[in-house]
Amino acid sequence: MFQLTIAELSQRLASRQCSSVELARHFLERIARFNAGLNAVITLDAQRTLAAAAAADARIAAGKAVTLTGIPVLHKDIFCARGWRTTCGSRMLENFVAPYDAHVVARLDAAGAVNLGKTNMDEFAMGSSNESSYFGPVRNPWRASLVPGGSSGGSAASIAARLAPAATGTDTGGSIRQPAALCGVCGLKPTYGIASRYGMIAFASSLDQAGPIAKSAHDLALLLNAMVGFDARDSTSLEREPEDYTRALGQPLQGLRIGLPKEFFSAGVQPDVARAIEAAIAEYRRLGANTVEVSLPNMGLSIPVYYVLAPAEASSNLARYDGVRYGHRAAEFGDLTDMYERTRAEGFGAEVRRRIMIGTYVLSHGYYDAYYIKAQKIRRLIAADFAAAFRRCDVIMGPTSPTTAFELGSRTSDPVQMYLSDIYTIAVNLAGLPGLSIPAGFDAAGLPVGLQLIGDYFSEARLLNYAHRFQGATDWHGRMPQAFVE
Amino acid sequence: MALTLDDVRRVAQLARLRQNDAQAQAMLEELNRIFALIGEMQAVDTSAVAAMSHPRDVAQRLRPDRVTETDRRDALLALAPLSEAGLYLVPKVIE
Repeated sequence: MFQLTIAELSQRLASRQCSSVELARHFLERIARFNAGLNAVITLDAQRTLAAAAAADARIAAGKAVTLTGIPVLHKDIFCARGWRTTCGSRMLENFVAPYDAHVVARLDAAGAVNLGKTNMDEFAMGSSNESSYFGPVRNPWRASLVPGGSSGGSAASIAARLAPAATGTDTGGSIRQPAALCGVCGLKPTYGIASRYGMIAFASSLDQAGPIAKSAHDLALLLNAMVGFDARDSTSLEREPEDYTRALGQPLQGLRIGLPKEFFSAGVQPDVARAIEAAIAEYRRLGANTVEVSLPNMGLSIPVYYVLAPAEASSNLARYDGVRYGHRAAEFGDLTDMYERTRAEGFGAEVRRRIMIGTYVLSHGYYDAYYIKAQKIRRLIAADFAAAFRRCDVIMGPTSPTTAFELGSRTSDPVQMYLSDIYTIAVNLAGLPGLSIPAGFDAAGLPVGLQLIGDYFSEARLLNYAHRFQGATDWHGRMPQAFVE
Repeated sequence: MALTLDDVRRVAQLARLRQNDAQAQAMLEELNRIFALIGEMQAVDTSAVAAMSHPRDVAQRLRPDRVTETDRRDALLALAPLSEAGLYLVPKVIE
């Protein structure tokens, strides 16, 4: 059952071959059996899950089901879900029970999806390895000594180990795509503004975007249909007509123009990652696509720009954690300032404190123009590079990550080295474009390689079709780590 | 331009983050490595470029000025580390 796609599971539910309660129990059992070795899921509430599944069964019996009704979904622990502990991977929120639902959660609930639990993540989504979580690192299902990527590492590892058919994630600088690549699953970061940020614990508000993680492009399209939509409670939510993201699936790729940025195939990429990507591009040529070299000359600046903008916005967003209204409060303190300082020093881990410091510095008196405004200007140059590239191609392709999964602990002592993990993903967030990572083979050590597809604004339906056609011609997305097969 | 230990202490105070001397020293070294990376921005001429705050250059949406939230005082106060009689409790600020 764990190998089936969402569409297949939906079919079984509709034809009464299984119930939603049975499905929920099946995945809860897999979590009980495998999660101890992965640490991918950090909160379960079987009673709530089974109650939601029973409600889904009643809805199916009443003939009011839609595709996702009865499908179990794991939520990254950045999404508030009413009545569920919601920690954001932080000691600060270790005991926080969300008093309301994130828009994305409410939308999936309304479709009848069943909340299966909450997944581990880098603290406040700040990390590329899932090692900054207060609840300990997630392990990569392909090899337990390796990181799963981050920050949506728990969601990606859960899909790789088939602990759930679907999971949510968020992507500020690559946090859906990079773990999807390192775990050998599919993940989509939509165009900025199409999924509401309401109830998604804020990291860098001008970059944060929610998206789905699943086993196939078709599953991503089904999830995206339910997750996105205008929400007045998010001031950056875009008012657009609803789309059916499955509508382009199956269209031929004849004449598709694939842009290959020369910056994506530079010396920094692991050679067998480059080989897997080249083989994937060759597959696209067999499917009728042409390739054209494009250039993103300012891409190298995306990391410096990101490490100004994201920490600046984070330092502002995280100012709310004061030990007064909710979250951790230090046990011992003197005056009010002392309470704030001790609470925040105890509640935040090292990476979060570091980024608050960077952000506070670049926003402080005398530095705002030199850092924040400067970074926002270069952000426009980066977006303009993509606009120029999309005049010559329909989609940009390249590796999602310069390397496959790396050893736990191997980059934690050097933040700059860790930051470089996201060299191919960050520019997409800065420009606000949609990006997708799909499995595209393995390196010499048998670890999954992710192919990144970047489209123009609002091109999700087409991007998903490009991935879907590739998945019709290959079976990389069907591979799973042997240890979790039965 | 490198940061100094005084910068680190000042910023930690602005950010309300308690740190001891060893932590401040370690933070200084980490921040200086990161700012060396960030410094690559300064080589770019941006004199003719406008800052970009939203990828779609969308302006903030306005809404009518009316109450939309319901009263959930008790549920929200229940999340506080310390509250009493409908109020958040903090250390005394005025003697």
